[in-house]
Amino acid sequence: MDVLVGILNYLLFFSITAGVYAVLALGLNVQWGYTGLFNIGVAGFYAVGAYTSALVSGPPPGALDWRVFGGWGLPFPMGFAAAGVVAALVALLIGWITIRLKEDYLAIATIGIAEVLRLIIKNEAWLTNGVWGLKNIPSPWFQPVQSGVTAFLAARPQLPGWLVSLLKGAYSWVYLGLLAAVILALYFLVERALRSPWGRVLRAIREDEVAAAAQGKNVAAFKLQAFVLGSAIMGLAGSLYAHYARYLSVEKFEPLYGTFIVWVMLVAGGAGNNKGAILGAFLIWGLWAGTDFLTGYLPLSDVRASALRVVLIGVLLVGILLVRPRGILGEEKFVSRLFKG
Amino acid sequence: MLAIEGVSKRFGGLWAVRDCSLTVEQGTITGLIGPNGAGKTTLFHIITGFYRPDRGRITFRGEDVTGQSPFRLFHKGLYRTFQIPRAFPEMTVLENLMLVPGNQCGELLWNPIFCPRRVRKEERLLLRRAQEVLEFVGLAPLAGALAGTLSGGQKKLLELARALMAQPKLVLLDEPGAGVNPTLMNKLAARIRQLAQGFGVTVFLIEHDMDLVMNLCDPVIVMSEGRVLTQGAPAQVRTDPRVIEAYLGGQYAVA
Ligand SMILES: Nc1ncnc2c1ncn2[C@@H]1O[C@H](COP(=O)(O)OP(=O)(O)OP(=O)(O)O)[C@@H](O)[C@H]1O
Ligand SMILES: [Mg+2]
Repeated sequence: MDVLVGILNYLLFFSITAGVYAVLALGLNVQWGYTGLFNIGVAGFYAVGAYTSALVSGPPPGALDWRVFGGWGLPFPMGFAAAGVVAALVALLIGWITIRLKEDYLAIATIGIAEVLRLIIKNEAWLTNGVWGLKNIPSPWFQPVQSGVTAFLAARPQLPGWLVSLLKGAYSWVYLGLLAAVILALYFLVERALRSPWGRVLRAIREDEVAAAAQGKNVAAFKLQAFVLGSAIMGLAGSLYAHYARYLSVEKFEPLYGTFIVWVMLVAGGAGNNKGAILGAFLIWGLWAGTDFLTGYLPLSDVRASALRVVLIGVLLVGILLVRPRGILGEEKFVSRLFKG
Repeated sequence: MLAIEGVSKRFGGLWAVRDCSLTVEQGTITGLIGPNGAGKTTLFHIITGFYRPDRGRITFRGEDVTGQSPFRLFHKGLYRTFQIPRAFPEMTVLENLMLVPGNQCGELLWNPIFCPRRVRKEERLLLRRAQEVLEFVGLAPLAGALAGTLSGGQKKLLELARALMAQPKLVLLDEPGAGVNPTLMNKLAARIRQLAQGFGVTVFLIEHDMDLVMNLCDPVIVMSEGRVLTQGAPAQVRTDPRVIEAYLGGQYAVA
């Protein structure tokens, strides 16, 4: 029984992480899947969201902290919203400068900003607590859930051990529910926005910018909208991560975990398909976790093992694309679904 | 309707268009002919804002539009098709057309989210119009096909169909007949004439098919080496010795 509880708790933790990635993949799908915007700095917007939310909703600096700013302790929904807004503002700034230029500039700018943000997180301790990381970020409704469980268990001392340990982890179920609700809401929002004349213009821009301009579309304006919307969603993912992990440090926003894997997820699941983005997140995160077990059996140093995992995931991606070149789900033939029925 | 004054465009050492002046009068089907490399397509690119001229001025409906961006010119009623078709390959033929009309309420991000009913209504109208246009150019059976799967000639027809969706005041057609099956040519000519006379669209078209030009266009403008060589009624242009000379050695005989 204890083993089963252990597996269940692992699955829970796994699903929450994959769910956060699903949100990131949805954001990238707006940018790359629909509009063809090459954002290789996903980690940057993710980090902006995470730190914004932590500063808005987290506790004020403690005696041992280096930071002197933020920690206003506002309710989670405000931190969550702020994460989206600040990520959107950063995207607006970058997009405003680069989106009119050739497409390579956006790619360079996004990777550049992600790197700059990483360095800020590491070095600007007054804001981010630097390498010590931000601690004690509150999880929404953690106290009520936890005290409820404690009271419940105190009243029933005769419960079997496995049930007690299951109930002690009850908060994760609550958080998974919250996350699922957010993913569902975002899915419907994004699906509604994209499967429309607006999304049709985005796809046209992805296909041929010059021809889209000849059809009277303000290419730069549409690209900017898609870039900002996608980045805002990535910011929300950051908030969802921060309030579950409760601790933020710079390693979580390295390009490998913050950008590379998200790309693999979207491309494997099916760029241009929102269901594909979510499916890809769960599938690839599962495979990624699998490679951890696999390399664990090999006599390798950590650095080598993690390099091998990247290779393995790359091979898997190639395998998926060989069988299904457009990803597992691929995109729908008709963009807009508003003219049918 | 359209006036071009002293327009020049240079690529490296080559003047693709050189001190070119011409006008297109409202209600006409004006032809633009000339040997390969005469600068016709380049001139179209300049008129529609895809290239900025090195010199000269373009006036459209009395307004100086030199150097304006293509999407702005679209909304002023100026539409162009491409010599090498530029359909959106991963979109259906139907949506290639539904995309075109300007100022769709569904193109504003919040409308599909907050007022889907309004967008839906607009989409149904667009659908009907697109279906009519597809009938008109004979592509109706391919409505649901991805545009990338069309043949070369079908893609040219799709270009024309998009022009019909745009409902411009002036349309620039870059070789609408190239690659189109000869038996379809007569139909194509009839379609273009209908566009001009039935829908009141002024047409300015480049074409190498002399039959099409001679029985459709009046006046005909002849370009050679980036300059306007002459202009006049088709019968007059056809017999102009300078025109014959410009084409000599080229692959097109002026019949
Ligand atoms: N982007 C470009 N860069 C360099 N040279 C160009 C470019 N576009 C056109 N040219 C050159 O300008 C000249 C005119 O080209 P253009 O395409 O306007 O000819 P055209 O009259 O349309 O010919 P065709 O009948 O073959 O379509 C050609 O010599 C061509 O090589
Ligand atoms: Mg040409």
